[in-house]
Amino acid sequence: MTPNTEIYNLKVNGKNHEVRDAWVGESLLYVLRERLGLAGSKGACEQGECGSCTVIVDGQAVCSCLVMAATAIDADIKTIEGLSTDGELTEVQDAFITEGGVQCGFCTPGLVVAIEHLLDINQNPTEIEIKEAISGNICRCTGYGRIFEAVQTAVSTRKATR
Amino acid sequence: MSNATKTSTRRDILGVSALRPDGVAKVSGAFEFSSDLHAEHMLWGATLRSPHPYARIVSIDLSAAYKISGVEAIITAEDVPGKKTYGLIASDQPVFADQIVRYVGEPIAAVAADHPETCRRALAAIKVEYEILTPITDAEIAMRPETTKIHPDGNLIRHQRIITGDQSLQGEVIVEGTYEIGMQDQAFLGLEAALAIPDSGGTGVEMFVATQWLHEDQKQISACLDLPVDKVRLTLGGVGGAFGAREDISLQVHCALLALHTNRPIKMQYSREESFYGHVHRHPARIWMRHHATRAGVIQRIESRMVFDGGAYASTSSAVLINGITHIQGPYKCENATVDGFAVRTNNPPCGAMRGFGVVQACYAHESQMDKLADACGLSPVEIRLRNAMVTGDKLITGQVVESVAPVARCITETDSIPMPAPLAKNADPLEIVGGSGLTSLPHNIVRGVGWGVSIKNLMYSETFDDFATARCQLQNGVVNLKYATVEVGQGFVVLAPQIARSVLGVDQVIIDPVDTHIGSAGSTSASRQTWMSGGAVDGACRLVRQRLFEHVGKTHKIDPLRLMIEDTDVVDMLGDFRISVIEASTGVFIEETFEHHHRPTQELDENGQGDCHVAFAFVAHRAVVDVDVELGLVKVIQIATAQDVGRVLNPIAALGQIEGGIAQGLGLAVMEEIVLENGKMRNPSFTDYLLPTALDAPQVVAIMIEEPEPQAPLGAKGIGEPPCISVTPAIAAAIRNATGKDLPRVPIRPQDICL
Repeated sequence: MTPNTEIYNLKVNGKNHEVRDAWVGESLLYVLRERLGLAGSKGACEQGECGSCTVIVDGQAVCSCLVMAATAIDADIKTIEGLSTDGELTEVQDAFITEGGVQCGFCTPGLVVAIEHLLDINQNPTEIEIKEAISGNICRCTGYGRIFEAVQTAVSTRKATR
Repeated sequence: MSNATKTSTRRDILGVSALRPDGVAKVSGAFEFSSDLHAEHMLWGATLRSPHPYARIVSIDLSAAYKISGVEAIITAEDVPGKKTYGLIASDQPVFADQIVRYVGEPIAAVAADHPETCRRALAAIKVEYEILTPITDAEIAMRPETTKIHPDGNLIRHQRIITGDQSLQGEVIVEGTYEIGMQDQAFLGLEAALAIPDSGGTGVEMFVATQWLHEDQKQISACLDLPVDKVRLTLGGVGGAFGAREDISLQVHCALLALHTNRPIKMQYSREESFYGHVHRHPARIWMRHHATRAGVIQRIESRMVFDGGAYASTSSAVLINGITHIQGPYKCENATVDGFAVRTNNPPCGAMRGFGVVQACYAHESQMDKLADACGLSPVEIRLRNAMVTGDKLITGQVVESVAPVARCITETDSIPMPAPLAKNADPLEIVGGSGLTSLPHNIVRGVGWGVSIKNLMYSETFDDFATARCQLQNGVVNLKYATVEVGQGFVVLAPQIARSVLGVDQVIIDPVDTHIGSAGSTSASRQTWMSGGAVDGACRLVRQRLFEHVGKTHKIDPLRLMIEDTDVVDMLGDFRISVIEASTGVFIEETFEHHHRPTQELDENGQGDCHVAFAFVAHRAVVDVDVELGLVKVIQIATAQDVGRVLNPIAALGQIEGGIAQGLGLAVMEEIVLENGKMRNPSFTDYLLPTALDAPQVVAIMIEEPEPQAPLGAKGIGEPPCISVTPAIAAAIRNATGKDLPRVPIRPQDICL
């Protein structure tokens, strides 16, 4: 592959990463996974339909498969790897495990990021607000029932601890 | 400290909602799926596929592709050193098309290059000249003797009939119909992916792959590579769902071949579009059915003709067909039957395993019929089903006696006891109303409907197949190591296996060794079989270890080992005061045992479809409540009530997750999911165009698990994976019929089927 000659920087989870020898057509998802070793974001549809690749770019939840990496220069990018600090799980991550929201787990990182984003902007979402917020994230295993439970639990835990 | 990571005070034994040991890695993005694997100096692999459903390959010109910088290898049919074909039952599918292509998406060549984009450019540069042939895409036409044979094995993959009892009996009440089921995709999220690493000198290959059955893959790959079986070593790469689609080989042979060809590690990963082409789907089927009954609604005889479109290659079509015809009576008593079943080869995409395996199609037909029968006899959907409900000891139309616990009537009555959902509120949020936020549905057009579905599903493989499972248990210093080749696809064996070991051996710490081919087969993660089969193997291995531990304690402490038992985490003398912790008792010793669990033997069906072909059965009932916009044809499933025969609940939260997940897939087949084909070509191979249920489509699920332990099952538990997705589809269809008065003989039910 003839690489792009430009070197560019991406700021991911508060850390600067230099991207070298990259082809300019690479998506943010590809660069995160294949060049920066951040494989937590998953690719499952390449069309922004399934939400498995959800990351936060400048405070917005986006499908990283639809963002060209080279357009995310100077942006503040947050991925699933940047959610927990010191190995401590967030309330959402914890609730996914305790409520049975995880089966195969492929959709899980994208869902966790989407739900963290929802709870950051709305601490008290209604059931329908939760459903709407994650309706862009497809889960094929759970039928969503345990995921709804996980969000409710995370909402309560966040209220109790923050 | 988080709940998930703190040390649990309760013991995670059988019956407890133990938490998945892979949970922390999965929620934090650290779990390695097969698509996340990397190796130094690896290349990317990609596949060139046929754009035509039926064509002769005149020539393949690789020269332009080879000129692209970064391309390291291109392989075609000529480069397959061993067997040129593969397949689960019949080996009829070419690794690469050889002179002829039989479906859109059939592999023709594979490339290895330094970047996925280089691969794409190389594939685009390969010039293939085709002589286009007229595809045969209608199963009825394909099976006629005068039709061109698509494949040397012929177009009829299998024909089987079931003839039993009085063949001329005519009922006082006769109802009939013809039903169609569309092609459904498994649509797992984790796309097909593998990493192959060649041994030095090309004498073998190590593969990390997302599959359902490591040993079957190993057997098929090694035959195609012309390598001894033990030179192809497989380790399970993290699997992002399966639902049947990973039972057949997809990229395995291509990836291994490229690795051996280039002498470099190869990573292959399908795109979503390629995934639609690269794996088998649920068989589309056309089923005619006629019921004969008394005026009181007692079924006397069934007649059916079932045609399954297998697509271009056999895959598991012959087994799917047998499942279909042997379940066409449903969970109902029936003494007389005339059933004819055909699995047919066409130029459509190959079909094979998907959750429910032939029974989904049969259930849609028999449950649609039950409602017609209820109407004809003036009975309610519940009454007609209770009146005919099968019980243990009943004889199936195959002559096989149902030895399994068969709480069919209880499934129905318990489902019926679940409260109905509240009526649609006047001030409901638009998102809760059919049609969604666009405010498309006017309240006076919304009609609520209720419908029923009940099903019977076989567990494990059938027709003489010995799908045994192997497990090894090691105990040392109070720690258990379990080793098996049982594939975790998300279903939760990874949490169940340690629960079994803790229950049997009184330990708390259980380590699962890598899941690979360095131990005997576990069979496939399919057919609702792993809790029963691999669960039985783990249970058996742990029991053998426990016996040796008792012998050791008996010898050391001079007690008859037969007096010893496990109580919590101690070995105790059941007739005296002696007590020692398992940790202490196993300190300084190493006990290892391996166990194979085999289910009871089964038989082939004879020419009249008679024989004990299945191992065991599970049952379930579903009641669906839907809102339908009768003018626009839109449907929202409001509630699914269900009672499922599970034998015994081993992990309540995991069991509920299987039930809810299966229901969502059955909902998909009922109202949204279909691979649309036009002349053999898929029109919607993407998640933009192939619609899947989202969080907003998910109904309220109220589930009851009926616990009547199954005597045949090692842990008393029946498989629970498939039943949830089977009768929910006809239940939803029946609810839509109830709301609209339409016939709706086909799923998925589309808006135009309702409103036009």
